[in-house]
Amino acid sequence: MSQEKQDFLERSKTFWNPGKTQAWQDMGVDLVIDRREGYYLHDMDGQRLIDVHLNGGTYNIGHRHPELVEVLNQATRKFDMGNHHFPSLARTALAEALAACTPGDLQYTMYGSGGGEAIDIAIKTARNAMKKRKIVSIVKAYHGHTGLAVKTGDERFSKLFLSEDTAGEFVQVPFNDLNAMEDALKGRDVAAVIMETIPATYGFPMPKEGYLPGVKKLCERYDALYIADEVQTGLMRCGALWAITRYGVEPDLLVTGKGISGGMYPIACVVVSKERAGWLSQDGFGHMSTMGGAELGCIVALKVLEIVQRPEVISMVRYISNFIRAGLDQIMAIYPDFFTGIRQHGVVMGLEFNHPEGAKPVMKYLYRNGVWAIFSTLDPRVLQFKPGVLMTQALCEDLLRRVEAAIGEARTEVMGAGSRRTR
Amino acid sequence: MDNFVRRLVDISQSEAAMRARADLVLERARWAAEVFHRYDRAKTMAAVDAVARIAFDKAGEYAEWAVRETGFGVVAHKKIKNELSSIPLVDHYRDRDFVSPRIDERSMVVEIPRPAGVIFALAPSTNPVATVYFKVLSALMTRNAIVISPHPAARECCVDAARTLAAAAEAAGAPEGVIQVIADPSIPLIDQFMRSDKTDVILATGGSAMVRSAYSSSNPAIGVGPGNAPVFVDATADPGHAARHIVESKSFDNSLLCTNESVLIVVAEAERALKAELQKAGCHICSEEETQTLRRYLFHERGFNVEALGRDAIWIARQVGIKVSPKTLVLVTPIRLIGEEEPLSREKLCPVLGLYTARNNAQAMMQARALLRLSGAGHSAAIHSNDTRAIVDYAAMVEVYRVVVNAPCSQGAAGFATNLAPTFTIGTGFFGRSSVGENIGPQHLVNWTRIAYHKDSDVTLDAIAHTAVRQPGPLPEAPSDGVPGRSVADLRPVDATADRDALREEIRRIIADELRAALKE
Repeated sequence: MSQEKQDFLERSKTFWNPGKTQAWQDMGVDLVIDRREGYYLHDMDGQRLIDVHLNGGTYNIGHRHPELVEVLNQATRKFDMGNHHFPSLARTALAEALAACTPGDLQYTMYGSGGGEAIDIAIKTARNAMKKRKIVSIVKAYHGHTGLAVKTGDERFSKLFLSEDTAGEFVQVPFNDLNAMEDALKGRDVAAVIMETIPATYGFPMPKEGYLPGVKKLCERYDALYIADEVQTGLMRCGALWAITRYGVEPDLLVTGKGISGGMYPIACVVVSKERAGWLSQDGFGHMSTMGGAELGCIVALKVLEIVQRPEVISMVRYISNFIRAGLDQIMAIYPDFFTGIRQHGVVMGLEFNHPEGAKPVMKYLYRNGVWAIFSTLDPRVLQFKPGVLMTQALCEDLLRRVEAAIGEARTEVMGAGSRRTR
Repeated sequence: MDNFVRRLVDISQSEAAMRARADLVLERARWAAEVFHRYDRAKTMAAVDAVARIAFDKAGEYAEWAVRETGFGVVAHKKIKNELSSIPLVDHYRDRDFVSPRIDERSMVVEIPRPAGVIFALAPSTNPVATVYFKVLSALMTRNAIVISPHPAARECCVDAARTLAAAAEAAGAPEGVIQVIADPSIPLIDQFMRSDKTDVILATGGSAMVRSAYSSSNPAIGVGPGNAPVFVDATADPGHAARHIVESKSFDNSLLCTNESVLIVVAEAERALKAELQKAGCHICSEEETQTLRRYLFHERGFNVEALGRDAIWIARQVGIKVSPKTLVLVTPIRLIGEEEPLSREKLCPVLGLYTARNNAQAMMQARALLRLSGAGHSAAIHSNDTRAIVDYAAMVEVYRVVVNAPCSQGAAGFATNLAPTFTIGTGFFGRSSVGENIGPQHLVNWTRIAYHKDSDVTLDAIAHTAVRQPGPLPEAPSDGVPGRSVADLRPVDATADRDALREEIRRIIADELRAALKE
C-alpha cells in the first residue's frame, strides 16, 4: 500500500468512519475507489477491479454510462433539483414512463431521494390506504435504514440506534414459509407485506416455486397490500424489467431505487395504483421531500429506463447469465467440496461456500485477483455475485478466469493446501 | 418513449448516444458470434438452410417491395436476383466446409476455421434485398454475426428482410442477435459502427464515398469500387448473339447491377451488322440530337442523375422527349470520345449504353483501358469474340478482375450466367483500391489457425485428425430459480453417479492414450 493511501486511510478514520474503514483493512480489502468507468473500478493505488458488487445494482448499466453523463450534463443547462411543491415536467414524465412499464394498474409515482425513504413512503401509503399499522416482512429482511424501513429489517441495524420496533407493529416471518405468512396475516390487522423479490442482503435465497404468488394470494385473502421491493432485482437484472413479473405477481406497490439512479443522481421511486394512492388526493402535501424526485435525477432515471428496455439488453442479460452460469458450473466442478452451490435468477447470483463465513476469504482473494464482489451481510456463507446487464463477452470471460483462481486460493486458505482439486 | 421531457433534454443526436447505440448492437453481436463459434457443421447448416429457404420463399414479395420502395428496378428481375442469392448460393458453397478443421497431408498442417466475428455490412439501394440475403447467408455459413446497415432509400424492405431472416435463423437454433439490422441508419450512426473497434470487418457495397469511408475507418474492410464495364465486340463475334446478350444484360433490372455494360466498343467492320442486330433485339439507336438530350439529362454537374437510376428505357425516353417503339429495352448513344470530356463514357446504372466505333482491335482495347481509367477499375468487362487471341489479349489488357466472354456481363460477372462465384459484392482488388480481387464469398469471412509441427517431425496426423475440435453448441440456459419450469432442478438435474462415471471413463481413456503413446516411442 502506498504511503499516500495509508495517510488517506488515517484521515478517513479521523473524519469519516473509523469502524468501517478499519473493518475493510481487517478483511484484507484496502480498496479506495478512485477512477471508475464501465464495469471497472480503479483503486487509488492503481489496481483495477471488475465490479460485480455494483452496489446492489446501482451500477447495473456500468459506472458513468456515457449516455447518462451526457444527459445529466445537458440537463444541468436547464434544470436543477426543482421545487418539490409544484407540478414538474421531469417528475411527471418519469412517473408517466414508470406507469407505462410497471405491472398491472400501477399509476402514480411518489419520489424519495434514496431506497430507504422510498420504503418509508410505501409503508406510509399502505397504512393510509388500509387504515392499519402492521407491516410484515421476512426474517433477515433488509429494506434500508430510515425510520420505518429499518424496523422491517434485521435488528442488526436497528437495535444499535434503539430504533427497533417496540410496539409490535413490525412482524417478521421466515422466508419461503407460507404457513408462517398466513399466521401473520390471518388476524386481518396487517396493512402490507413487504418483500424483496429475492432478498439480497440475506444472500439471495431464491423464492420457492409458488411462494411469491402464494404470498400475494394471502394478502388478497386477508386485506393486506403487497409491496414489491425491486430495488436490487428490477431493471432487467432478472431478464425482465421487474423480477416480480417473472413470478407472476402484480404488486400493489412497487419500489425501485439504486439502479434507477444510474449511479449518477440519487433518486428512488414508489409506484402505486390509483386505488391505493388515496392520500395523494386527500392531502397531496401529506408527504414531502425537497430532494425526492429531484428533476436532474428524474431525467437520468428516464434515460436508464429507456436504455434497459432496448431490445438488445434482454438478449445481453440472457447471454451473460447463461455464460457465467456455465463457467461457474465448471468452477464448482473443480472445487466441489468448497464451492457448493449457486443461487441464480438472471444476473442476480449468490455463490454458496461450505464454511460459515466462506464468502469472506473468497471476497478477499477475488479482490487480489482484480474482482470486487461482496459477501452477504446477513449470511456470510454466501457471496453476492452481481454482474451488470451490459457486460461484454470478453469481460465475462476474464471475470470467470479470475473467479476460478480466487476460489482456488480461498479454498486453500480455508481447507488447507493438502487438499486437491477434482480435476 | 414519446415524452415531453425527452424533447427538453434530447441527446439522441449526440456522439455519446450514437456510440452507445453502436456499442450495444455490436456487443450483442459479439455474444452471438462467440456462441456461434461453438456450433458444429450440422447445427450451422441447419440455420443456413432454414434462412435460405425463407429467403427463397419470400424472394418475390421482397422484389416487389424493393421496387415499390425505391421506385426503380424490375420486379421479375429482382425476384430472380433474390432467389439466386438464397438456396442456389448456399448450394454453390455446399461442398465447402467453413466450420470443421481441415488437414493438408502434404504440408502436415492442420487448419482450424476462425470466423471473423462481427461483420458490419452495408446494403445498397440498387440491389437491396439480394445483398441482404447474400451477406447474411455468407455470414451464417462461416458462423459470423452480422449487422446490416441498409441504404435509406431501401430501408423498409431491408429491415423487414433482415428481421425475417433473423427470426428464421433463431428458430433454427442460431444464437439470438446473430443477424441484426439498423432500423434508422444515419451517416453519424453508421460512422460509429464503422469506426468501432468492436467491428471485425466491414463488407461495404455502395457508393464510392461510403466504400472509401469504410476503408478509412481503421477497421479491416472488404469494399467494392464502382463499375463501368466496357463490352468489346470484334469482327469474329456473332452479331446476333452478341446483341441479344448485351440487351439481356443492360435491361436486366434496368442496369442496376454494377456489372452492367457501360460502353459498347465495336470494330468498324462489325458496326453495321451489330447495329442492325441491336435494333432487332430492342435497342433504340439515338441520333446525335437525341444523344445530346440524354447526355444533358443523365449527367448533372454533380454527376449521374439519380432520378434515372434503374428506370426503364421507355420511361427515360419519355422524360427527354425521345420517341421510341414500345418494345424498346435499351437506348444506345453513339459517342466519339471516351474520357473525361464525354459524360456518357461514365457508369450509367440505367439502360443507356454508349457506343464507340474503333478502327481496329488495338484501338478498341486502348479505348477499353481508357474507359476503366475513368472509373470502374478492377471491376468487370465483357467481350464478344470467337478469336481466342483477341480474348486473351483483351483480358490481359483491361484492368479488371473478371472478363465475361460471349455472355451478358450483368449476370456473368456476378456469377449467375458463368461459373464465377455468385455474389453481390464484386471485389475490385488493387486496381480498384480494394483488398480482394475476386467475387466476395463466405471464404473471405473466415481465417484459419494453422497447427504446424517441426519440419523434421515424424508425427503422423492420424491422432490429430481424430481429435475433434470441441463444438458444444449453444450455451445451456441458466436457471431462474423459483420460476416454474426454470429452476435449477429443472435445468441442471443432478445425476452424480453418471457424472462420476463419465469422469472415471475420461480418466481411464486419457491414461490409456498416454500409455499407448509411451509404448509407441
